[in-house]
Amino acid sequence: MNEREHGPRGGGPGEAFAGARLHIVTGKGGTGKTTAATALALALAADGGRVLLLEVEGRQGVASLLGSGPLPYEERRMLSVPGGGSVSVLAADAEAALLEYLELFYGMRRAGQALTKMGAVDFATTIAPGLRDVLLTGKATEAVRRREGGPRATDGPHHYDAVVMDAPPTGRIGRFLNVNSEVAGLARTGPIRSHADRVMSVIRSELTRVHFVTLLEEMPAQETRDGIAEIEALGLRTGAVLVNMVGPPLLDEADVAEAVAGDLDEVALADGLKSAGLADPERLSADLAGEVRAYALRHRLEERVRTGLADLGNPLVELPRAEGRMDRSALTVLADRLAEQGVRR
Amino acid sequence: MNGEAGTDRADTSGARRTHTAAPRRMDVDALLDDPKTRIVVCCGAGGVGKTTTAAALGLRAAERGRRAVVITVDPARRLAQSLGLVELDNTPRPVPLPRPALAGGDGGDPDSGRPDVEGRGPGDRDAEDPDGEDARVGPGEDAATVGGSGGDTDDPDGVPGDGAHGGDDRAGSLHAMMLDMKRTFDEVVRRHADPERARQILANPFYQTLSTSFSGTQEYMAMEKLGQLRESGDWDLIVVDTPPSRSALDFLDAPKRLGRFLDGKLIRFLSPAGSGAFRLLGAGMNVVGSVVGKIVGTQFLNDLRSFVAAFDTVFGGFQERAERTYRLLRAPGTAFVVVAVPDTDAMREAAFFVERLDRDSMPLAGLVVNRTHPLPTGPGAELDAERATAAAVSLADSHPLAVAALRLHAERVRTRERERLLCDRMSSAHPKVRVTEVAARAEDVHDLAGLREIGSALAGEER
Repeated sequence: MNEREHGPRGGGPGEAFAGARLHIVTGKGGTGKTTAATALALALAADGGRVLLLEVEGRQGVASLLGSGPLPYEERRMLSVPGGGSVSVLAADAEAALLEYLELFYGMRRAGQALTKMGAVDFATTIAPGLRDVLLTGKATEAVRRREGGPRATDGPHHYDAVVMDAPPTGRIGRFLNVNSEVAGLARTGPIRSHADRVMSVIRSELTRVHFVTLLEEMPAQETRDGIAEIEALGLRTGAVLVNMVGPPLLDEADVAEAVAGDLDEVALADGLKSAGLADPERLSADLAGEVRAYALRHRLEERVRTGLADLGNPLVELPRAEGRMDRSALTVLADRLAEQGVRR
Repeated sequence: MNGEAGTDRADTSGARRTHTAAPRRMDVDALLDDPKTRIVVCCGAGGVGKTTTAAALGLRAAERGRRAVVITVDPARRLAQSLGLVELDNTPRPVPLPRPALAGGDGGDPDSGRPDVEGRGPGDRDAEDPDGEDARVGPGEDAATVGGSGGDTDDPDGVPGDGAHGGDDRAGSLHAMMLDMKRTFDEVVRRHADPERARQILANPFYQTLSTSFSGTQEYMAMEKLGQLRESGDWDLIVVDTPPSRSALDFLDAPKRLGRFLDGKLIRFLSPAGSGAFRLLGAGMNVVGSVVGKIVGTQFLNDLRSFVAAFDTVFGGFQERAERTYRLLRAPGTAFVVVAVPDTDAMREAAFFVERLDRDSMPLAGLVVNRTHPLPTGPGAELDAERATAAAVSLADSHPLAVAALRLHAERVRTRERERLLCDRMSSAHPKVRVTEVAARAEDVHDLAGLREIGSALAGEER
C-alpha cells in the first residue's frame, strides 16, 4: 500500500472507511471487537445506510451486547438509526452456511441435511478448516454483492450499503481471510475452489478493509502491528486502527510530569484536602498521591503506545471508555464519536 | 496499584494454613508448594492475562524450589517476551533465573553467596551435568529456605518438600516452551506409524491442514505435549497456558471433538476399511458420496480417502493417548486456575468454566482476577465517590491539584465498585470458589522482575 511510503493519507480517518463495503473488524482478544464492530455498523448506517453486522465466531456476542436472546441464522433487522438507516445482524455458523450454500448453488437441501447427520459439518469444520472459513467469508462476500431484485440481478442497487464483520482475533485473522491458499492446497479444481476464488476476489478488492481494534496497552498494540504487517503481506487492504476504551484525561500535563517524577506536592495536596473539610488530610493526601502517581504512570505508557500506533500510518480512531454497562445508548454514543472523527460510508 | 495489600495480608496470615478464614482467598503458595501438585492449567477468555499468570506461577514455583516448566501455545510469543527469551521452540528451554531476591518475602536469608551464573544451572543439570547439582545443594537449600517459609518456625509447610523429594530438589528451576503444533503432531505420527506410512501421512495435503490449522489441533497437541512432559519425569510441576480459543471451554472439548471426528461415521464411510458400514447403509451413502464429490471435486475426495486410510492405522494409538492425557486432567495432581479480568464478558466466561469443571469433577484451585483497581489502605479507602466529588466541587478553582486528585479518586472508587459487583456476583453464584486478585500495573509485564511481582500479588503479598 502506497500510503506506507507517503505517510498517512490527508483525508483523515474517514478515508479508511469511505468507499469500502466490507469492513472486517479484528483485534486481540479482550479489546472489545464486538462492541467496536457494532458501533461501526451504527455509524455506517447514518443517513439512511443499510448495514449488515455479521458475526462469525459463534459466540453470540452481538446478541449479548444488545441484550437479546441467541440469534438464529437469519438476517434480522435489530437496530434503527435516525435518518432511515438500519443495522441487520446475522450470527453466521458454518453448518447453516453450508446448508444454505448447497441449496443456493445445487438445490440440494435434503442432501445437505443428510450430510449434517453424517457428520459432514464436522467434515467441513474439522479436517479442512479452510472450508469452514470459506463458507463464512463466502457469506460475507455474498451479502456485499447482493442486489435488490433477487440473486440473478446484476445492476440494481446493492441490498446492503455496507457489511461489517465481527471477525476472528488477530492471531487467526490472516489464515481466516486467506481462504484461497488454505483451500488451494486441498481443492485444486472443482466448485469449492471456484467459490473460494470468487470470495477472494472480493476480499482482495478495493471493497474490503481490515480494521484493527486495540487498547492503549502494549500487547494489543503489538498484535495490531503484527496483524497489519501480516494482512498487508497477504495483499489485503488495512483500514483504521480503532483505539477502544480510551479514558478521559484526569490530570493536566504538569501534574502528570510531577507525579511520574515522584515530585507531587503532597503538602499542597493535603492543604487542599483540608480546605475541602476532609478528615485526616495528611494521610489522605498520601493515599491520593499514590493513586495520582499510578494514574500518571499509566497515562505516560498510554501516550507511548498511542505514538507507536500513530507511527503505523493507519488512521487512528478513538472510542471512549463507557461508564457502566454497554447498552444501546452507550453504543449510540460510540457511533456518534466515530462519526465526529469522520467515519462514514 | 499498591492498595489491597493490607486486607490481603490479613487474610493470608490467618488463612494460610488453616483454610478457615471467611473471605475465601486462593492460597497460591500452598498450591505451588504442595509436592502433590503436578499440573496447573491456566484457562480463561482471550486477553485476560493467562500467559502472564502461567509464567508468574511457574517462576514463583521455581523460586520456591519446584522444578517447573511452563508450556504456552500462544502464537503471539508473549511468554517468550515476558520471560526475556528471544524465541521458544518445541523443547523446554531453561529460563535463566537471577538469584531470587525475596522469593517468599517472609524469610530473611539473603543468600549472598549465590553467583549469577547459577541461573543457567537448572537447565544444564537436566541436560548433562549431575555434578552441577551437587555443587548447588548449598545455595539451593538457602533459596528454598527463603522461599519455603523457613522464617516461620511454627509453619509446618517446609516439610512436604523434604518428604517428597531429596534435598537436591529444593534448588528450583524454571523451563519454558512454546508449543509447535505441527512438530508435535509429526512426532505423534512418527511414533505410531512405520516409516513408510508416516511418510505418506506427513505428505498428504489433508494432514498438512489438519496439523497446522485445525482449530482443535492446538488444544489437542497441548494435551499431547502435557502428557509427554508428565511422563518424562523431568519436572515436578507443569504449568499450562491454554490456547487462545474462542471459548475457554474449547481446551477441554477440542480434543474430544477431534477424536469424535476421526472416529466418526463420515470417516469410516470414506475409508476403504469402512466398507462394511458402507454396505450396511447402502444407497443413502452413495447419495452422500456423490454429493460430496460434486461439491469438493474428486481429487479432493481421493486425497481425503488416502489420508484416512493411512491415518486409520495410527489412529488407535492416537485416540488412546488423547484419552490418557484427558484423564490426567482429572487426576488428583492437577489443578485448574481460571483467569479473568473484572469485566462482564471475562467474568461470565470464568463462571462457565467454573461450572464446567465442577460438572466434570475437575479440581478448581481458584480464580485469578487480573487488572483490578484496589483502593488505598488508609483513609482513602473510606472516602466514597460522592464525597470526593463534592469536595472537589467545593474547592472550585482554589486547589487545582487537590481537585484533580479528588476527581481521579472518585473515578477510581466507581471503577472499584463495578469490580466488586462483578466479583460479588461470582462469589454468590459460586461460593466455594477461592479468589485472588492482581492489581493493574502501571506498566505491562515483560521481564522476570515483573513476573515476580505478579507472583507476589497472586500469593497475596502485594506491597
